[in-house]
Amino acid sequence: MSAGEPLPIRLHGLTLGYDRHPAVHHLDGTIRPGDLLALAGPNGAGKSTLLKGLIGEIPVLDGRIEAGGAIAYLPQADTIDRSFPLTVMDLAAMGLWRRLGPWRSLRRAEAGVREALATVGLSGFEARPIGTLSGGQLRRALFARLILQDCRTILLDEPFTAIDARTTEDLLGLVRRWHGEGRTVVAALHDFGQIRSHFPATLLLAREPVAWGPTAEVLSADNLARARRLSEAWDEEARPCDGSRHAAPSAAPVPPEVRPHRHAHGDGHRHDHPQGHDHPHETAA
Amino acid sequence: MIDPFTPFIEFGFMRRALAGCLALSVSAPPVGVFLMLRRMSLMSDAMAHAILPGAAAGFLVAGLSLPAMTVGGLVAGLVVALLAGAVTRSTVLREDASLAAFYLISLAGGVLLVSLRGSQVDLMHFLFGSVLALDDPTLYLLGGISTLTLLTLAVMYRPLVMECVDPVFLRSVSRAGGPVHLAFLGLVVVNLVGGFQALGTLLAVGLMLLPAVAARFWARDLGGTMAAAVLIACLSSVCGLGLSYRFDLPSGPAIVLTAGAFYLASMLAGPQGGLLRRLVRGGHLEA
Repeated sequence: MSAGEPLPIRLHGLTLGYDRHPAVHHLDGTIRPGDLLALAGPNGAGKSTLLKGLIGEIPVLDGRIEAGGAIAYLPQADTIDRSFPLTVMDLAAMGLWRRLGPWRSLRRAEAGVREALATVGLSGFEARPIGTLSGGQLRRALFARLILQDCRTILLDEPFTAIDARTTEDLLGLVRRWHGEGRTVVAALHDFGQIRSHFPATLLLAREPVAWGPTAEVLSADNLARARRLSEAWDEEARPCDGSRHAAPSAAPVPPEVRPHRHAHGDGHRHDHPQGHDHPHETAA
Repeated sequence: MIDPFTPFIEFGFMRRALAGCLALSVSAPPVGVFLMLRRMSLMSDAMAHAILPGAAAGFLVAGLSLPAMTVGGLVAGLVVALLAGAVTRSTVLREDASLAAFYLISLAGGVLLVSLRGSQVDLMHFLFGSVLALDDPTLYLLGGISTLTLLTLAVMYRPLVMECVDPVFLRSVSRAGGPVHLAFLGLVVVNLVGGFQALGTLLAVGLMLLPAVAARFWARDLGGTMAAAVLIACLSSVCGLGLSYRFDLPSGPAIVLTAGAFYLASMLAGPQGGLLRRLVRGGHLEA
């Protein structure tokens, strides 16, 4: 495991967006170390935007993010140029950048790369050009790269979209292993069944945060319907936001009881881990 | 039949031309390979044209002076490369469109500037280079460019490859992406200025792109592609110069045409996706 004190990621009135239109609007909350959090919500709800904001890929329009330590990130659509003549080995080895930098030799780390590839079921693919991989195999190779990045926080943007059941199962196993190792994993997902069975906590987004907490409570029919309604409007004529709407809870479009509650992990919920460990979450600050 | 090496042994200007072209052949093709893989082939052409008004401005100020024209060309090439990027980021125009606009402006402006002071001969020199009249300073310049290019590529090889394959990933782990991209554009401009001295504005990209594109048909991995590109460029230089001497052809076009012939031959016969290979590949394999 990588060194360093695990730190929470705190979001303070975070607003992210494109062309001044917020895609994530006034989000408050804390992602605590070791959380296994699903981001749910319709298309355009701001899931990808939030993840991109967390790694600094898009600028913060308002509010701020308090995050420490290295963050590993798997983007949604592969941004990878698959026609580039690169081997699977080299692609995975990119994950070692923080350790090796631009010049240090890969030779001594090679065994580690092979092991990571074996973990994702790609033994024997080391010398294959990335252009010859199937979609699922490429996703496996990218997970190997995430393993090698060895970060305390891992962000996954729709990691199982267009991936077959077998691959999804294998990669979910890897996500569970990371959770067992105490890493923070945040994944944007569409499949509610998957979220319910594998992710103890969920943040439901519809540009506004709709609910944040234990998955079973967040994914209620009410919340889902509200999320759908909220996400359907993109107002070209939207006026500049003065923040007042969000300062006074009574005026907020989201009723107080489902305002993103300050991550009440302490209030009695427990979740099952396939590894059989059972850690009561410490009470949130 | 005369010995193909005779002209190089007998004539100093042919040896100089060969030395200059070989220096270019070692540095420009690897840069060209990256350009091709990043789908920036046409951009390099636009940048080559952008060098012209800069070099012409140097010419206006100082006559046919190597330092003045080189500095002018470098500045103009870098400015256009950066401007095109800035226009793409801040307006609705895509990069290819903004590059096309810049390159037309540069070419027309450059020709105008040269004609203000120079003769037709000077203009031809600018457009098609003067590989048979390379003097010592120019040769040093070409050698220096070659050395600088290879060293820079070696230093930034890893981040450059990552920037090509997965720029989002590189941004998420390092801030090297921006500087690496700029350094790469710098290498492109520097090599184009070198190519400009030997082959002129219009053909400067010839030794950069044609060998790189041809090499894609011979190698599967990046290192092999770059090695093949350098080899093809060197062969093109030797054969092109030899042919131009033997048949009394203009040297710059002869070199670029030879590289073009290598490209066509590679496209036909190359083992990696060449046409012949596709025609005769036989039935499919067992699943």
